[in-house]
Amino acid sequence: MNKNKEQLLNKRYKAEQRFRLYGQSAIFMALLFLTIFIFKIFSTGYSAFQKTWLIVPVTFDAELMMLEQNPSKEDIQDADYYDIALKSMADLDLNANEDQENELKRMVSYFFEKEIKNELLNDPSLIGKTKEVYLTASDDLDQVFKGNYPRDLPEDQRRVSDYQLKIFDQLVANGKVESKFNISFFTNADSREAELAGIASSFMGSIFSILVCLMIAFPVAVLAAIYLEEFAPKNRFTDFIEVNINNLAAVPSIVFGLLGLGVLLAIFQLPRSTPLVGGITLSLMTLPTIIIAARASLKAVPPSIREAALAMGASRMQTTMHHTVPLSMPGTLSGTIIGLAQALGETAPLILIGMVAFVNTIPGSPMDPAASLPVQIYIWAESAERGFVEKVSACIMVLLGFLITMNLFAQIIRHKFEKKWS
Amino acid sequence: MIKIKAKDVDVFYGKKQALFNISLDIEENQVTALIGPSGCGKSTFLRCLNRMNDVIDICSVKGEILINDFNINDKGCDVVRLREKIGMVFQKPNPFPKTLYENVSYGPTIHGIAQSKQEMDEIVETSLKKAALWEEVKDRLHEPGTGLSGGQQQRLCIARAISVRPEVILMDEPCSALDPIATAQIEELIDELKKEHTIIIVTHSMAQAARVSQNTGFFHLGQLIEHGSTDKIFKNPDNKKTQDYITGRFG
Repeated sequence: MNKNKEQLLNKRYKAEQRFRLYGQSAIFMALLFLTIFIFKIFSTGYSAFQKTWLIVPVTFDAELMMLEQNPSKEDIQDADYYDIALKSMADLDLNANEDQENELKRMVSYFFEKEIKNELLNDPSLIGKTKEVYLTASDDLDQVFKGNYPRDLPEDQRRVSDYQLKIFDQLVANGKVESKFNISFFTNADSREAELAGIASSFMGSIFSILVCLMIAFPVAVLAAIYLEEFAPKNRFTDFIEVNINNLAAVPSIVFGLLGLGVLLAIFQLPRSTPLVGGITLSLMTLPTIIIAARASLKAVPPSIREAALAMGASRMQTTMHHTVPLSMPGTLSGTIIGLAQALGETAPLILIGMVAFVNTIPGSPMDPAASLPVQIYIWAESAERGFVEKVSACIMVLLGFLITMNLFAQIIRHKFEKKWS
Repeated sequence: MIKIKAKDVDVFYGKKQALFNISLDIEENQVTALIGPSGCGKSTFLRCLNRMNDVIDICSVKGEILINDFNINDKGCDVVRLREKIGMVFQKPNPFPKTLYENVSYGPTIHGIAQSKQEMDEIVETSLKKAALWEEVKDRLHEPGTGLSGGQQQRLCIARAISVRPEVILMDEPCSALDPIATAQIEELIDELKKEHTIIIVTHSMAQAARVSQNTGFFHLGQLIEHGSTDKIFKNPDNKKTQDYITGRFG
């Protein structure tokens, strides 16, 4: 009998040990995946925050620019920079033939004319002089410089020719290639050229969408939650509504996208591809999340507080507005932020309402066409150029940073403002 | 003088009847204790008096309850006005998670009793003094009420209830969550308060009922078995059940 008990005891201890082990390995697995994911994103993405520049001597030849003597600011603005831009690139190799000159031109971004122009606009006294100008390297050379480009591929499978590589190596050897922090990644809109593409448009698009979403979803959801929780009679009809709110929270987001497409764009004729439509669509999706969070936090307010207020002669409305709602606000707000964070990461509905369009301007209002961060990731991930690979990861990093900040904020609100009762 | 007159009060929770034909008169400026075993309906009856049962969807009350000869179950009765006149103190101290000052000034604020800040300060002070809490908290009126001890919280709730000068104060087992010292303080307070208010107290403790009340009603299984002066109920009850309960044979 005694021996039997001992066996049982041993068995119990062992079972518990095994269980702990399972739990620990589950957590280990989760952490491992997370680490791999983050490592992968960071290791591919960090280089996108650096940009390669070629330092090229440019001679601001007034004749080539078709400038008269003592040009005005407007003249400089309107001058022709193509020839001097082309010439300064061609001058990198004085023996270059026409084809090679073309290849030389393609070593920098198509934006190089503009960069040269800006240089002169900043300092008009450069006319007739020669100055070394920083020109954005083409995305392929950018990748070569960052070491992401396999140089040992046969030439016909590469977008960079041997000739370009030779000249580039010379420039590197002469210290005429520099890597600097990639400001344009944050200030530029999207571009077909990887070296110029930035997230400004999609970042602003995301912010506008979220704001529209917040302004619609928050008041509607909070009012609905307060009414359902504090005022509505409990009957079959309200039960039915409750069940359907929960169902709505489980509807795949792409369905909301179809709704936005079919109703907002087709019937109400709202402007396509705009954060306004995106925000409204996302707000439909966020609505049930906020309603559920708000109702849960209203439910969490102890009934004794309601009774205390009612017994003091407060009306139902006063009880709700003076006590229940303020006490439930921290929970509601953090639920709202979580809902918005979800909306921020949403891609499918935005693709359907056209926010997947190529937008190379930065939106100034919710009525301007824009992309959004997750859609930008999707667009870039589809692009063939090597330069976009690191951009995808960098954009993910920005999006994750955004999300983590929002969730942190939700946690802080919850912990700081939540009242503790006895 | 009779303050409250309940006539044939029936209470139903859904289909289940919780109170049967309760008729009870309550004397002005006296303490009436309602005693009885758990689930006998004494709290339910108490909550009829300020219509707190309205909050419970499935609960329905029938019969007449006359307060100052006015039937509070009448359609024309406004519960907000009623509850201004009839204060309530609950079993578990339930101060608002706000400052002491806000707790006490809440009632006067929503009923528009104070005309100025000064008047409000006075109301808060007198209410806290009457609740025998002033000396302990006068330096921290703007700290949260939830930071007080249990007994202090309950006295704060009493101060909150008397801030609107109600005619009647209902107390639903006000001492059941308190230690003996805090209980003694509250009992002393009840004795003091009965000078200005009519008090009805539900209690589990027969000793407490004997100590604080002048009249007692004994409830059992939703019926009012016996009521009368506390002396008579405790010393010489008419009903056998009352006798058994008082002497601790059941309950």
